[in-house]
Amino acid sequence: MTALNITKAINAGLRRSMESDAKVLVMGEDVGKLGGVFRVTDGLQKDFGEDRVIDTPLAESGIIGTAVGLALRGYRPVCEIQFDGFVFPGYDQIVNQVAKMHFRSGGRLRLPIVIRIPYGGSIGAVEHHSESPEATFAHIPGLKVVTCSNPLDAYWMIQQAIQLDDPVVFFEPKRRYYEKAEVDVDGEPDLPLESARVALPGTDATVAAYGPMVKTCLDAAAAASDDGRSLEVIDLRSLSPLDLRAVYDSVRRTGRLVVVHEAHRTLGVGAEVAARVTEECFYSLEAPVQRVTGYDTPYPPARVEEEYLPDLDRVLDAVDRTFAY
Amino acid sequence: MTVETAAEATPPEPELVQLLTPEGERVPHEHYDSLIADVTGDDIRAMYRDLVLGRRVDGEAVALQRQGELGLWASLLGQEAAQVGSARALRAQDHVFPTYREHAVALCRGVDPVKLLALFRGVDQGSWDPDETRFHLYTIVIGAQTLHATGYAMGVQRDGAIGTGDPDRDTAVIAYFGDGATSQGDVNEAFIWASVVNAPVVFFCQNNQWAISEPLERQTRVPLYRRAAGFGFPGVRVDGNDVLACLAVSREALQRARDGEGPTLVEAFTYRMGAHTTTDDPTRYRLNAELEHWKLKDPIERVKAHMVRSDLADQAFFDSVEQDAEELAVNLRAACRALPDPAPTSIFDHVYVEPTPDLVAQREAMTTYLDSFAEEVAR
Ligand SMILES: Cc1ncc(C[n+]2csc(CCOP(=O)(O)OP(=O)(O)O)c2C)c(N)n1
Ligand SMILES: [Mg+2]
Repeated sequence: MTALNITKAINAGLRRSMESDAKVLVMGEDVGKLGGVFRVTDGLQKDFGEDRVIDTPLAESGIIGTAVGLALRGYRPVCEIQFDGFVFPGYDQIVNQVAKMHFRSGGRLRLPIVIRIPYGGSIGAVEHHSESPEATFAHIPGLKVVTCSNPLDAYWMIQQAIQLDDPVVFFEPKRRYYEKAEVDVDGEPDLPLESARVALPGTDATVAAYGPMVKTCLDAAAAASDDGRSLEVIDLRSLSPLDLRAVYDSVRRTGRLVVVHEAHRTLGVGAEVAARVTEECFYSLEAPVQRVTGYDTPYPPARVEEEYLPDLDRVLDAVDRTFAY
Repeated sequence: MTVETAAEATPPEPELVQLLTPEGERVPHEHYDSLIADVTGDDIRAMYRDLVLGRRVDGEAVALQRQGELGLWASLLGQEAAQVGSARALRAQDHVFPTYREHAVALCRGVDPVKLLALFRGVDQGSWDPDETRFHLYTIVIGAQTLHATGYAMGVQRDGAIGTGDPDRDTAVIAYFGDGATSQGDVNEAFIWASVVNAPVVFFCQNNQWAISEPLERQTRVPLYRRAAGFGFPGVRVDGNDVLACLAVSREALQRARDGEGPTLVEAFTYRMGAHTTTDDPTRYRLNAELEHWKLKDPIERVKAHMVRSDLADQAFFDSVEQDAEELAVNLRAACRALPDPAPTSIFDHVYVEPTPDLVAQREAMTTYLDSFAEEVAR
């Protein structure tokens, strides 16, 4: 067991992937000597060289576009986008090229590209550094979209994403980067990449979340249990494909579901989860599915971001609403 | 995988327009002298004041960030001359499209520096009025503003506000950006558009040698100003730490734009003396010796040396500027600390021109929710 935070866990996962497969490359802005602005790639250039850990020119479309070419040539690029808001200059390449190559080539061409994006708010940043654009990727067929919430998942999920022959958009909860946990770095992952996980078993209501909001929901569950209410918290982990088996199973027992994410509400992941749960568990539901999300406004200035973001109280408030029916 | 460059392909060191040596000696220039022939001692003293105030605002902001009053700050340290020289070449009607580092340009345009701090404190995302100051909002997404400047210039062109010969009407637009930004597609597209439509825009690149941790070599193999030739307009490299040279070169480029002669790329060769931002640690990627080398070329010291040499100012003048800077700093600190946090419901205010029913409902829900805490406290 090794105590790792999420940045160190991803670093260790990248390192293992690079050791076991010489085709794995890391590329992005400032990923070399600096080790990335969050130090996720710290030391990799020193150990694997400038050919495999590439400080790219400042151009996101270029990062993704050249990763396509490298992948066509047999490499497995792991692209770092410095902050969530800066993926958009590369969005055209991701949506029009990366997502569609396998389909349009009749399955002949594979693009095993991982696009790592630190996302989400609560870090007191200026504009474009706190976005949660996951739904705009999960909406695109051909992309897999996953997100980790803790060091153990971070360590295994990055390796699993790199091994996958499909392109993966890998969202990292930047506000949780420095949360530590014990990780068995020599073991085996206990879950496939595209699966949800019960983060906390419970009996009275189900709370589904992912990435940075998992901890918020676990905190809410701890507070609820002080009031004698048992919440089951599910970490969705994979947003595309969306694995809702654990959610269905849970909702059939609890009859109540709250979905939580930082991203805007309208047409977000919560809307999709609510629709599917309504389709699958209609007769088990005791209350409409509740969503706790960021509001439908641009991400606000830092001094009001905590009011914008879901927190423990808003989660509990939504749980209360499900009991009010 | 080393890429060999043929020795003969290596161009000679490019010429750098310089009018003041680092020691403050005024060196004559065949072409650019005429562009600053009208510059008086008063003008130089005024620019010196701009430089000092710019540096002071910046230093104060760094300190306020350290004290937790700002979330972040992007320091302009070392780039004062590039900013003041170019800004003082502007006419009132000209328009500026900045990045996030153009604090001295903002000061020259009359933007209240508290508003710059407000953005980095996180109380708003730009509260100055670009129509009033002709200084547009800061742009954080690298390179985007170069296209905005080009489009704005196309509007100026369509309004017939170039080439009339009326000095109060003919209008230029200037876009600021960094060396790293030159790699972005947007910037290259801006060059193409400006060239094709002959837009009255000046592309003012502050080449401060670094894009966070990446040195210039990660962005280019040719001197940046030479890129302009490939796009079909002139490019010039100026000593970015020489305020007089920056003034002269910018005046020429802006006048070309106002006269309807199209775009110019100015590469102001300078150095980012501080960290990229207050969260950056440059000791991880660059040598202190480099910084020491550039300190000898300090943009403020050389003007001061020049003024002393040429009897343009006495100690009383320098003291008075120091005092102005101190006063500005004191006021700025107090004003920054007094900035109120925005009301939570203010986030709904300007998403659209008219609020949508959805947003009205979300705003009401937030109000009810927040009020429920107030009631709890009251109880
Ligand atoms: C599209 C985009 N990608 C990445 C970033 C993150 N970022 C902020 S500043 C910066 C470096 C900019 O370098 P340069 O253009 O030379 O300007 P400087 O900061 O040196 O003034 C980067 C990569 C960003 N703001 N926008
Ligand atoms: Mg730079």
